[in-house]
Amino acid sequence: MTKGVAITGMGIVSAIGNTVEENYVSLIENKIGIAQIQHISTVHANVIKVGEIKKTNEQLIAELRLDETNNFSRTAMIGTLAARQAVKNAGISSINEFRTGLISATSVGGMDMTEKHYYDYFEKPELVKYITCHDGGDVADKIAEELGLKGMVTTISTACSSAANSIMLGARLIKTGKLDRVIVGGADALAKFTINGFKTLMILSDDYNKPFDNNRKGLNLGEAAAYLVLESDEIVAKQNKKVLARVSGYGNANDAFHQTASSENGDGAYLAMKKAFEVSGLKPSEIDYINVHGTATPNNDLSEGRALKRIYEDEKVPDFSSTKPFTGHTLAAAAAIEAVYSVLAIQNNVVYPNLNFETQMEEFDLQPQTSLKNKNIEHVLSNSFGFGGNCSTLIFSKS
Amino acid sequence: MKKTYINGVGCISTQKTFDTVFLEEAVVNHDENVLAVIPPVYKDYISPAAIRRMAKGVKNGIVASALAMKDSNVENVDAIITGTGLGCIEDSEKFLKSILDNNEEFLTPTSFIQSTHNTVGAQIALLQQCKGYNFTYVNGAVSFESALIDAKMQIEEEEANSILVGGVDENGDYTTALFKLNGRIKKDNSGPYDVLTSATSGAVYGEGASFFVLENERKENTYAELLDVSIVNTLEENEVEDAIQSFLKSNNLEISDVDVLILGFDGNADFENYYKNLVQNSFAETPQLYYKHLSGEYDTASAFALWMASKILKTQEIPEIIKLNPVSKPSYKTILLYNQLNGKNHSFTLLTK
Repeated sequence: MTKGVAITGMGIVSAIGNTVEENYVSLIENKIGIAQIQHISTVHANVIKVGEIKKTNEQLIAELRLDETNNFSRTAMIGTLAARQAVKNAGISSINEFRTGLISATSVGGMDMTEKHYYDYFEKPELVKYITCHDGGDVADKIAEELGLKGMVTTISTACSSAANSIMLGARLIKTGKLDRVIVGGADALAKFTINGFKTLMILSDDYNKPFDNNRKGLNLGEAAAYLVLESDEIVAKQNKKVLARVSGYGNANDAFHQTASSENGDGAYLAMKKAFEVSGLKPSEIDYINVHGTATPNNDLSEGRALKRIYEDEKVPDFSSTKPFTGHTLAAAAAIEAVYSVLAIQNNVVYPNLNFETQMEEFDLQPQTSLKNKNIEHVLSNSFGFGGNCSTLIFSKS
Repeated sequence: MKKTYINGVGCISTQKTFDTVFLEEAVVNHDENVLAVIPPVYKDYISPAAIRRMAKGVKNGIVASALAMKDSNVENVDAIITGTGLGCIEDSEKFLKSILDNNEEFLTPTSFIQSTHNTVGAQIALLQQCKGYNFTYVNGAVSFESALIDAKMQIEEEEANSILVGGVDENGDYTTALFKLNGRIKKDNSGPYDVLTSATSGAVYGEGASFFVLENERKENTYAELLDVSIVNTLEENEVEDAIQSFLKSNNLEISDVDVLILGFDGNADFENYYKNLVQNSFAETPQLYYKHLSGEYDTASAFALWMASKILKTQEIPEIIKLNPVSKPSYKTILLYNQLNGKNHSFTLLTK
């Protein structure tokens, strides 16, 4: 049995911190990042709560040292920040020294700039430079340029499972020997577009989200970026690299039920988890912690819970929690930030609390872990599901 | 390691490519800077209610994938992998405009639901009840090739036996106007728009959907074997030939083994040296083809080129309308495709009979 693909670096920017360390401290000290919206003017400001990164675009531009001719969207800024951290954390000094790729993920790309300037482009020539940053691949192209990475660069966009799929592709590229090193992850900045989209679907909560609670009212949106560095065992051995954890299992399946809703029995989620177990060679009982997708929408948590019950059959479902009460649902970046949290759970032997939980759902006897728990963690399973029935599962293991 | 074969193709484009033999009715445009697809009869494939609801990219994707499935005699695939540059841009425009025009009020979710980039792949999965692997790539000019790389890897590793792979993009009116503004599309009324003699920047834009059924076995109806696909984010003009040489070498081939070279010339004078150097030097003795004068430029136009290459290997004929030079060969065994956009997102695809 293979042990999985080595993770040698991580970087993250989210509503609960601008570094890996800050995120971890927030997770264990119950510091949530969800609050009233600051950076986007929206008529929904008083009725929604969001998880924003605590930096303005001006601050991000200064931190990234971009010149005034830059045409970075906020998504590209936070993506670049997180990717730089990851590369630094992995101790990489010469990015093209090995066959190195970048697999990014985003749902709306540079929509934050598009929606800000949409009707002004024809009047204000100085804004025209932002037209190209609408493109989904623009974020990855910019990160690659900032890192000096010249090789394989691509982007996956499968809604809220996007980053899980970029991690999956990265792991496969290393396993098959096509690349030696891959930077994987995703970025999504908050946008009016997504706020209003989820609002019309009536799945935004006006309160703090309560995953797996019987009285859950929907999700809080968030913004984040996170990237991980995956490297081949050859590089790890050659450079005597520290392995943070390993990607040991992955699976993607389609629910083939509805464009936005999950099937009642969670077929897609069940199949994704089943595939991930097959790839990893692990049994469900070997999982110590599940970082559930747990968006706190009525539909997701019911469907995901049923899928978990199906996977575990008569066995007890292991300790599980959703970290979305901390960060909000960060869409295409969600699986990447939760991958970082999964690795941190393994490194520090902790299960994070599922905040805001009060009442068990009436459909099944699943109770999330509600307080911080210290125990040995060998394997973490992380779920991410998106529109279009896109269901993905990743398994992370101690090296 | 299993080999990958193209066993079915389906193409909806700005030419008649769905009920013809092979570009015999193709017309070269000189007057328009944005080309629209020639629509198939949607009701033969999609219910009337769905036709009204769906954006054209989704409809074209569904029809092109159905054509490819039928062509391959495959009823079910194990995975669906899609590439799209701008995704469902019409629905994105519609939803964004209604947000801005109505100050975030009175919105309906339909266009938001359909605006996600993976709508085409998801709708095909829904129609076919395919619960397998379903990925969508969105990285400009390498969106389709990313899907191909993924599919080939799945077949090599025996994770899937049959895969539906496609590239799809649609034009949206407002985005098209923005592209004229920023120079990605050539200016209005500046024709005739000729791809090969152009001295201006920008391109004539198009749209389309091309799908392929890839399988791990050679069949009677096999078009070609997909030998290799590679994408490179950044290359200088003088690095392209070396990149091609090493790509060929990793497949135990040399430039002289290439029977046909298909290039992504799009009339953007700023970046045509990427192709011109090859045409004039190392591939001067090789039959050279181009296609964007027929398909228009768009992020997944290279899928149209793969459709062409598949047809050539199967029919052993090359329509005059796509020839860049007069060189021909008695038979065509190996085809190399090279595409890039604005000097970025280079792709190399290698097919053999």
